[in-house]
Amino acid sequence: MSTTPETAVPAEETAGHGDISVGVPGAGAEFGAGSGDAAASATRITPGNALRPEDIALAVSRGTAKPSDDAAEYALRLGDDALILAQRLGHWISRGPELEEDIALGNIALDQLGHARSFLSYAGGAYAKDGKPGKTEDDLAYFRREPEFRSVEIFEQPNGDFAVTIARQFVVSYYQYELYRRLTESTDATLAGIAAKAVKEVDYHRDHSAQWVLRLALGTDESREKMIHAFQVIWPYVDELFRDDELTARLAGTGAAVEPSSLRADFDRLTGEVLAEAELDVPQVKAAPGGGRRGLHSEHLGYLLAEMQVLAREYPGATW
Amino acid sequence: MNDSTAPAAAPAPHTAGNVWPLWEVFVRSSRGLSHVHAGSLHAPDAVMALRNARDLYTRRNEGVSIWVVPADAIASSDPDSKGAFFESPQGKDYRHATYYTKSEGVKHL
Repeated sequence: MSTTPETAVPAEETAGHGDISVGVPGAGAEFGAGSGDAAASATRITPGNALRPEDIALAVSRGTAKPSDDAAEYALRLGDDALILAQRLGHWISRGPELEEDIALGNIALDQLGHARSFLSYAGGAYAKDGKPGKTEDDLAYFRREPEFRSVEIFEQPNGDFAVTIARQFVVSYYQYELYRRLTESTDATLAGIAAKAVKEVDYHRDHSAQWVLRLALGTDESREKMIHAFQVIWPYVDELFRDDELTARLAGTGAAVEPSSLRADFDRLTGEVLAEAELDVPQVKAAPGGGRRGLHSEHLGYLLAEMQVLAREYPGATW
Repeated sequence: MNDSTAPAAAPAPHTAGNVWPLWEVFVRSSRGLSHVHAGSLHAPDAVMALRNARDLYTRRNEGVSIWVVPADAIASSDPDSKGAFFESPQGKDYRHATYYTKSEGVKHL
């Protein structure tokens, strides 16, 4: 694999952030040696050891992690999925049905934002060519136009009521779990490293949404009605998640990624178990046309991007 | 924390008015320490209370184990009877090991 680095960066060079370092065995060795749990303490709260977006950006800027063009395009897809979902979920902050749920959705949004930052930082490395520097995560998030985004349509679907947000979460977290679980075996060390961190977080997102599907579906008549309606609204966008194309075929050939269609059986089985327990039928609806991977988006994405990007574009380089 | 004297004497549980009941959260940080009271939260049931506790009280790597307890299930001492409850041991320094002098030749003390 051309993306696999030849040499490791000396540990002391990457250890500028105290005792935070990479804890992904075998996957992120190029990001510096981890100090491990030896630094853990009963009395001191440590940030723990995990692969951070900053580590990836550093490795990319040093050229120790360089994506192939295909891997970069793929990272852009997954990064955009997570970024758009994070933006959507962030809208719930201060609007949750209870303070506790407000924080739960905010946590999930931040997890997704972290995945987006990692994937986009990595994708940005592919733009470093002919002496030009790569693009940063911010370049990619704030200064691309709508047709340049590669997210599929389900992620940009409006939050709707709480049940619609839960239905969307249910679908995407079961999909992302199956995807990241397989990507931990990727021949691309950076993709594998990002997936290894993300899969544990997405596992929790699955649990969160499944708990709510059960409670809403088996709660009151009104909550059940809303849950059924929510799945009717969201399910047309399920098919697009599992569509293969030339890029995924090439990446699957090199072992860097998997064909999306190969996730479908596990997705159907596991979501089916929860839906059965919730006494819900899998919605029989026509699939939406989709096209997000080619930059064709539903009418919702433009408004979302306008809100997400306006500050960075009005005040380039703004910090606060 | 529920400061009333006993759960039986407390008013109706916190479910009134469509508000989720209150739970007390105990977090164990690591390495064999005991669970420590971290705070409270609202949740519809114990399963969700554990998840809310995870989101609220372990965001910064604080814990490896969580307990949640219905706030109503906790009986606590009455702050008004502090004198009768807690002031009796004061001045009883013979209850401390340092009150006693070590006898000669006793090892491992």
